[in-house]
Amino acid sequence: MASLISDTEPPTTSTTTDLVRRKKKRSSVSSAASSRTSAASVSCESHTRWRSEKQQRIYSAKLIQALQQVRLNNSSAEATSSPTAQKRGRAVREAADRALAVSARGRTLWSRAILANRIKLKFRKQKRPRATTAIPVTTTVVSSSNRSRKRRVSVLRLNKKSIPSVNRKVRVLGRLVPGCGKQSVPVILEEATDYIQALEMQVRAMNSLAQLLSSYGSAPPPI
Amino acid sequence: MSNRRSSRQSSSTAPRISDDQMIDLVTKLRQILPEIGQRRRSDKVSASKVLQETCNYIRNLNREVDNLSERLSQLLESVDEDSPEAAVIRSLFM
Repeated sequence: MASLISDTEPPTTSTTTDLVRRKKKRSSVSSAASSRTSAASVSCESHTRWRSEKQQRIYSAKLIQALQQVRLNNSSAEATSSPTAQKRGRAVREAADRALAVSARGRTLWSRAILANRIKLKFRKQKRPRATTAIPVTTTVVSSSNRSRKRRVSVLRLNKKSIPSVNRKVRVLGRLVPGCGKQSVPVILEEATDYIQALEMQVRAMNSLAQLLSSYGSAPPPI
Repeated sequence: MSNRRSSRQSSSTAPRISDDQMIDLVTKLRQILPEIGQRRRSDKVSASKVLQETCNYIRNLNREVDNLSERLSQLLESVDEDSPEAAVIRSLFM
């Protein structure tokens, strides 16, 4: 299988990632260090996981099943309503995201958020206005120079993290990754690394699937 | 100017992140990004730029997935008509 990345302690014959995780946890001393190494081990594992052939095959199989289900739904619903191209594309995207989240095996926040989204759509829409009103206030304080600074700085410097631009960008990143809108900074960064690799794999899988389907559409299949 | 750590404006109630941890995470993030910045000396790229590139990259990936899913939906519609092709495709996949 794919070899593990060399910045972990070099395992000799281990093929599973559990051994690596155990080795890392044994070497840690304090609780902070243990959380850091467990986070590091998850991200090291994710480096290889989303790029392996095996994972791509698993995801492709799930994707095809999901797409066939979408097609069945579309064919049954076409008599009643006329789904637009955008709705169909949206349905395919959601099916692909669900398949991706299932392949993540529930270990990451974003995958759980995607799967939970189908049920909790209403709750999410209620919570959004609260999150968006907080952010524009900080940006106007930073950009405006004179007037409202004296009044607002005293309110906004309560949390030291809200001022630096790095933390602001982390918040923006947190909104991009599903389910991480209100997480702490290290969680957001970690989820983002995993999410990016999963998205890359999704793009690769869908690309090859599209190529396959389009090639079958144009030419007769070889026997 | 007092740092009132007990107040929770944005709901990040986690303990303060250490600089080393932050640098570590940002480094990992930078390794993933497909950019010229990977080849440069690793000290010179700021965390702010890395985060900006990350946001842009995620948006690009999302857009690409959306385009691909639209294309796939169109292809799936067109494949429906020819049943022998659909059967062949299904047999290949399974």
